[in-house]
Amino acid sequence: MNTETEKKTKEVAQTTERITGSEAIIRCLIEEGVDVLYGYPGGAIMPVYDELFKFRDKIHHVLTRHEQGATHAAQGYARISGRVGVAMATSGPGATNLITGIADAQIDSTPLVCITGQVASHLLGSDAFQETDIVGISTPVTKWNHQVTKASEIPEVIAKAFYIAKSGRPGPVLIDITKDAQFEEFDFSYKKCTGIRSYNPVPKINIDAIEAAASLINQAKKPMIIWGQGIILGKAETELKAVIEKAGIPAAWTILGASALPTSHPLNIGMVGMHGNYAPNRLTNECDVLIAIGMRFDDRVTGNLNTYAKQAKIIHFEIDPAEVDKNVKTDIAVLGDSKESLAAILPLLNENSYPEWLQEFKDLYDIEFEKVIKNDLHPTKEGLTMGEVLNEINIQTKGNAAIVSDVGQHQMIACRYADFNKTKSNITSGGLGTMGFALPAAIGAKMAAPEREVVAIIGDGGFQMTIQELGTVLQQKLALKIVVLNNEFLGMVRQWQQLFFDRRYASTEMTNPDFVTIAKGYYINSKRVKTREELADAVKEMIASKEAYFLEVCVEKEDNVFPMIPSGASVSDIRLS
Amino acid sequence: MNEEIKTFTISIYTENNIGLLNRISAIFQRRHINIESLTTSQSEIEGVNRFVIVVNISEIQAKKVVKQIEKQVETIKAYYHTDEQTIFTESCMFKIKSALLFEEPQIQNIIKDSNSQIVTVNKEFFVLEKSGRRHEIESLRRDLNVFGIMQFVRSGRIAVTKSEMKISEMLVAFNNQ
Repeated sequence: MNTETEKKTKEVAQTTERITGSEAIIRCLIEEGVDVLYGYPGGAIMPVYDELFKFRDKIHHVLTRHEQGATHAAQGYARISGRVGVAMATSGPGATNLITGIADAQIDSTPLVCITGQVASHLLGSDAFQETDIVGISTPVTKWNHQVTKASEIPEVIAKAFYIAKSGRPGPVLIDITKDAQFEEFDFSYKKCTGIRSYNPVPKINIDAIEAAASLINQAKKPMIIWGQGIILGKAETELKAVIEKAGIPAAWTILGASALPTSHPLNIGMVGMHGNYAPNRLTNECDVLIAIGMRFDDRVTGNLNTYAKQAKIIHFEIDPAEVDKNVKTDIAVLGDSKESLAAILPLLNENSYPEWLQEFKDLYDIEFEKVIKNDLHPTKEGLTMGEVLNEINIQTKGNAAIVSDVGQHQMIACRYADFNKTKSNITSGGLGTMGFALPAAIGAKMAAPEREVVAIIGDGGFQMTIQELGTVLQQKLALKIVVLNNEFLGMVRQWQQLFFDRRYASTEMTNPDFVTIAKGYYINSKRVKTREELADAVKEMIASKEAYFLEVCVEKEDNVFPMIPSGASVSDIRLS
Repeated sequence: MNEEIKTFTISIYTENNIGLLNRISAIFQRRHINIESLTTSQSEIEGVNRFVIVVNISEIQAKKVVKQIEKQVETIKAYYHTDEQTIFTESCMFKIKSALLFEEPQIQNIIKDSNSQIVTVNKEFFVLEKSGRRHEIESLRRDLNVFGIMQFVRSGRIAVTKSEMKISEMLVAFNNQ
């Protein structure tokens, strides 16, 4: 035996040992640095839970109250930390309950690894108890998925799962593992995945594209940046700031890009999209060069594509080639990782400023302030507004909180008005618009970043979709702050009914339970606020609390969110009332 | 780019994976595109599969669909081509009563003229096989239909492209990384 082979054999002998598939699953998770996972046990995943019990000092399993909560919690964990979130469930209904969170993670590019138990392989396809074709069901909403029927496949498949979930444009991966594979013994060794030949997660930067983009930017008279979550996922906040400041370009953000640049930055011109700010929406159709970075021209951002930025040259910085020219025809596509691309273009950009162009944004902001913002944040009418609650939270947290919002009017208000000093501070369901997202996502966020103030902002509708996760808050003893903005309506749908369906409020009014009593039932400190006089003190008390705190704010029932680009209208036609 | 609806042949090189067919067909389904034909087989590279999918769509759609397909983890590379850019063929089989061979002498001429081949003959039936363009197969089917066809089946299109696709080079480049 030559020395080379000897060495290899020795290595193998040292690193393999005979263990069960279920132990291998836990050992793989530990190898990948997983310290917490969210899930719900059941028949087909019980061997894995048995191993979790043995490894409970190394890996913390959080029992959510519904599997949907497990995926959303894993999403919250991933979104605030930049790490891979892990969720686990049994076969059949356990697995199908994960789907909403997986679909949400797919459309919002959140790295998740979901592990589901499956009936024993000899029963596959036989309609066995709690058998469902979860690989088939999850295919359209996962970046990758795979069914494991032999224990020996587990290490390689899990290694691939983590690699795929977090590399390139991140996304959710589902691994379905049959019960016999969990019981089976095999020789275990683990090797992290570093590449897959058919998968090119980060396109190489093309220097010609960088140079062309720089030249176009340097010649621009009215350039405008719109950045998206690609900045946060690519950890490119510093590079973005440097580009914006050197080139002096006004920069707007998509809902998922929020917080990558502090709200107070003088070149931060606000949010684009349906309920975004007046100036960046209007001036999208006035700029001469539109620089899109890590965003995907979603229909909620663009409105009618036929009238979207037709006058502008478009530069698209993007990691996913399938996004280029998908919705908006690009003049220059800069493929690649946002951090690398922005670092590469920075030295080629001229130092610049556009005071007159920036003034146009300021003038439009003043109009929006007079007509909308002032009345939202500093109302003089009787009923409470959602905006003033956000304003109070800004004051009490000094803009340092991570805001986890649900879906609807309160979400738009939260994203519009929350002050963000730090990146990864806006966690919300953007692409899928999943009501019920916020409470479980906030649980995951608080667990991943216990040092941060995490405030969940939820409507009375969405709260009742995953209200049972108050049990998880209780059991995990989380100092999570939960604010329900209660208008006794499914407010966003009601707003559309008012504006576009002649006030026919079909099934949007809610007869609500006593939320404060429910929170008390979970032993969570809670308070209800009905008047302006009580608001500041209540928010102060909530933020000061070292434990979980539930605050219900009864807001005006029929307030609307403006500005608004009606569905299918042009960004130029954004309405202020 | 052209929005005119045309026939495109989409060629996809992939790893051999159980779920991939589902993933790829879902891309067409999501966009409400009907798949005219779909064939998968071993490619020229050991362990690499090749899909040949025929669709009637615009070039804009074809481009987007191909990018979505390439985005799948187990897709190595995907391309779209027009009919002019490929060499393509289909094949078909006919099962016909053997008695007709003797009762209807024109059948023998049809077989000869169409360049089709008799695969097997027994007392009850004979089986005819033909490869060619769709219109040739259709014309043969019409000719034989007059006499009665017991069974007819036609395969999806298979196609090779006139231009190179350089998959082997891509895989070598990955291995050298």
